[in-house]
Amino acid sequence: MITYISIFITAIFVNNIVLAQFLGICPFLGVSKKVSTATGMGAAVAFVMTIATICTYLLQKYLLDAFGIGFMQTIVFILVIAALVQMVEIILKKVSPPLYQALGVFLPLITTNCAILGVAILVIQKEYTLLESVVFAISTALGFMLAMVIFAGIREQLSTTRIPKALQGMPIALIVAGLLALAFMGFAGIKVG
Amino acid sequence: MNKLKIILNGIITENPTFVLLLGMCPTLGTTSSAINGLGMGLATMFVLICSNAVIALIKNLIPDKVRIPSFIVVIAAFVTILQMCMEAYVPALYESLGLFIPLIVVNCIVLGRAESFAAKHNAFDSMLDGVGCGLGFTIALTLLGSVRELLGTGKIFNTAIFPEHFGALVFVLAPGAFIALGYLIVIVNKLKTK
Amino acid sequence: MAKQSSFGNMLIVLTVITVLVGALLGYVYGITAEPIAQAKKLKQENAVKDVTPAFDNSPIDEQYTVTVNGMELKVFPATKEGEKVGAAVESKTKNGFGGEVIIMVGFEADGTIRNYRVLSHAETPGLGSKMEEWFRTERGSQSVLGKHPAKDNLTVKKDGGSVDAITAATISSRAFLDVIANAYTAYTNNNCDGATGATQQEKEADYE
Repeated sequence: MITYISIFITAIFVNNIVLAQFLGICPFLGVSKKVSTATGMGAAVAFVMTIATICTYLLQKYLLDAFGIGFMQTIVFILVIAALVQMVEIILKKVSPPLYQALGVFLPLITTNCAILGVAILVIQKEYTLLESVVFAISTALGFMLAMVIFAGIREQLSTTRIPKALQGMPIALIVAGLLALAFMGFAGIKVG
Repeated sequence: MNKLKIILNGIITENPTFVLLLGMCPTLGTTSSAINGLGMGLATMFVLICSNAVIALIKNLIPDKVRIPSFIVVIAAFVTILQMCMEAYVPALYESLGLFIPLIVVNCIVLGRAESFAAKHNAFDSMLDGVGCGLGFTIALTLLGSVRELLGTGKIFNTAIFPEHFGALVFVLAPGAFIALGYLIVIVNKLKTK
Repeated sequence: MAKQSSFGNMLIVLTVITVLVGALLGYVYGITAEPIAQAKKLKQENAVKDVTPAFDNSPIDEQYTVTVNGMELKVFPATKEGEKVGAAVESKTKNGFGGEVIIMVGFEADGTIRNYRVLSHAETPGLGSKMEEWFRTERGSQSVLGKHPAKDNLTVKKDGGSVDAITAATISSRAFLDVIANAYTAYTNNNCDGATGATQQEKEADYE
């Protein structure tokens, strides 16, 4: 149990995927102007990340490792993720229109979200078990969502602030992200178990 | 189109990092030192040139609806080749870049150039575009890496410029990546308006 | 010009591309597999050579494994003219900042730390790599070289020990010293009188 709690805390706070590992920066900077969209994106990523990690984990164990073709990893993973995103989109549309309404617009963007592929590869590298991988994926996604929402909140405030012209837009966003990363560094050293 | 212009376009007018703001993950994640930035830039350039060339050659054979998946497979293939070659011949660099090598697959620059340039131009021009964008990316990463290494440890390419204990380590760490890039873009913006 | 998409040609094109790519990758894999294995072996050999006193045997061939804290550690015994002169231990910990830290630790025959070489880590870039330099630099009480894990209190000062942690990287420093402690356990548990390692394979270490 303690392993899972440790993975959970570490992935959300200590090794936050965006602010400490630099994965998923594109959506982090791109769709973080409003808290509501940031939440939507975070939820969509959490959804796909969890399913994708389970799929790629099983494929790695029962296809790539079994046949000794580990070098196909990158290709197989990215195709699975792309296909999965499409499928999730189609299924959501049929099964749960409200959820599709909420997450739909973010789904196509997720294929090129390196956080998804990154987590899929990381759980293999870290030699996690299936359950550990799932916990890792979910908590990483929560960490992503947390960073997104905090960042969007700050950016909402920023939009009403007077900012020097050269700093407007991306530069000030990056500097804010830097300060946020600095704040998250305060979690370093937290250790469970 | 003028050949030189294609290359310069990638370096200056449409610089992937400073102007288009694409490929932020490797830009921030691998530039803790100048040499890592340079390595990552060159690795991406290799993939860009090869995938651009191949995609330009096979673009007419691919049905429209599977265009993107086909492009991704081609890109992923070159990334894997690069990954294996780097692990075999430059293991030290391979280790320090780590996860970001396979993640070149999802670097928006590579797929972006395939879509917006290679799918419309011939193979040679596409290669030049790969060279241009690759160089633009490499220059940006090396520059950011140098700045972070200098401010963080007082060195550039491991050559001491000032004593290490004057360095602010935060620039080598995650927050410094964001802040250094933010201010570099400010400088670029300033230069552009002049 | 097969721009028109039908189910047939989509399937064919994707299959052909994937098969071609698979074949190409298999081919490159075949070429690079050997150099990759060699690069790894060379790294191991060099690391052993760097950390142990001069030897005339082949530590790589005489290696054996010891289980410490549930982890299998490789011990490379170094002998000269039949005399044991020390050993290198490929030691690790899971308590690093970013997960596993693997270090080759070299001991003199009496267990004094002779040298070390960081083999792999997932620590913060620019910090983890400092491990390589930090604990061998003679400044304050940073260096662990020439120290003895059983005689000196090799933990960071924050934990009441005698070693200066890397600035801003206490966790990595703890992990480093943890690796050293594990290495020492592995080394001493099989350091019994002159027996060659080959006969002691897979000996379990009691460790609490």
